[in-house]
Amino acid sequence: MCLAMPMKIKEIEGNSAVGEAGGLTREIRVDFIKDLSPGDYVMVHAGFAIEKMSEKEALDNINFMEELEHAL
Amino acid sequence: MLYESYFKKPKDIAGVIAKVRDLAKMTGPVRLMEICGTHTMAISRSGIRGLFLPEIQLISGPGCPVCVTPSGVMDEIFKLSDHKNIVITSYGDLLRVPGSRRGDSLLRRKALGAHVVDVYSPMDALALARKNPGKEVVFLGVGFETTAPGTASCLLEAVRQGVENFSILCLLKPTEPALRTLVESPDFNVSGFLCPGHVAAVTGSDAFAFLPEDYGLPAVVSGFEGADLLCSILLLMEMLADKTPGLVNEYVRLVRPKGNPAAQEMIRRVFEPVTCEWRGLGMVPGGGFKIKDEFSDFDAARRFHLTWHEGKEPAGCRCAQVIRGSLAPGQCPLFKTVCTPQDPVGPCMVSSEGSCAAAFRYEL
Repeated sequence: MCLAMPMKIKEIEGNSAVGEAGGLTREIRVDFIKDLSPGDYVMVHAGFAIEKMSEKEALDNINFMEELEHAL
Repeated sequence: MLYESYFKKPKDIAGVIAKVRDLAKMTGPVRLMEICGTHTMAISRSGIRGLFLPEIQLISGPGCPVCVTPSGVMDEIFKLSDHKNIVITSYGDLLRVPGSRRGDSLLRRKALGAHVVDVYSPMDALALARKNPGKEVVFLGVGFETTAPGTASCLLEAVRQGVENFSILCLLKPTEPALRTLVESPDFNVSGFLCPGHVAAVTGSDAFAFLPEDYGLPAVVSGFEGADLLCSILLLMEMLADKTPGLVNEYVRLVRPKGNPAAQEMIRRVFEPVTCEWRGLGMVPGGGFKIKDEFSDFDAARRFHLTWHEGKEPAGCRCAQVIRGSLAPGQCPLFKTVCTPQDPVGPCMVSSEGSCAAAFRYEL
């Protein structure tokens, strides 16, 4: 039940949004995320977005792993 | 896609594995604990659990919210489901959890005619209540800090819309008090923690700083791909080899040090901490979330006068020890003999994120 899923925002209206993952869409709530626009990625848990994700942050993660790799 | 290409097939992972093995020669045998059901499944599915044996044992702690829901609570929910006018809703996993009597579950009750519906989100339960004004719809709110904000938001929405036939049975739990209870228990024997990435997305990675600061235990907030978990194990092993326990956030693509303040505020607005029973840990001071008095009209425990006693485990079931990490699933005499995913005795075999279900599917 704790499975979280990254979804791409298609539409937003107030605290509700339509998220897409793997070609499927469903209504989600975005109460806890500020400054969200269609095209952004969010991590969705039990129907609620818990955090925004960006490609930059994903790249930061990769850099972090690579630094770890080279630091040793 | 970036995530697929890197996190599932990282190019340098063989080097990470070799470095972890080198570090294990320096540290000697260590036991690392994950405290998130999704980590449990990911570690088993990816084969990481067997990768560093016998030097590094990866053990599962109380990370599955379904597994730590006490049997006495389930018994009370079963009684509630006997009422013809009540519809019980929850996430699918909870519907299969047994109470103190073997074979009893919400799914069984449903087969016998009870109104039981599994939902993906608490908002689905609220929508069901709006569509069925003649029925009492009860949502079983289970989970940790990841599900607590959404459940709180759903309750406020029910208040706003005046959906009087909707209520929530709050079984939500904060993670820190239970971790403190676990670390302070006499049979605790763990060298470091892999901390739950999605709980930390809400609470912030700083919420796990108490592990190194108060107990000298290294902690790494980890993502969920194989590469994330291997890097997190490497970070833990480095800290153990250097004898410099600290907190590191590996899941930087999602988790911020202070987390999501709006989600934290939502938890504080609706819930307050209460002493609460965890299956496997017993009574944990501050180990549960309770719906505040001002929202008591939407609290199913008060609406239906629900009370429960400390639950008994089904005969022979060792889930309590498995949840504490003091017994591996394969060491339970019922494992794979009378307890299987098709006919589970205890919650660790029921839940799709339970330690025994993971071991059954992927490890033996």
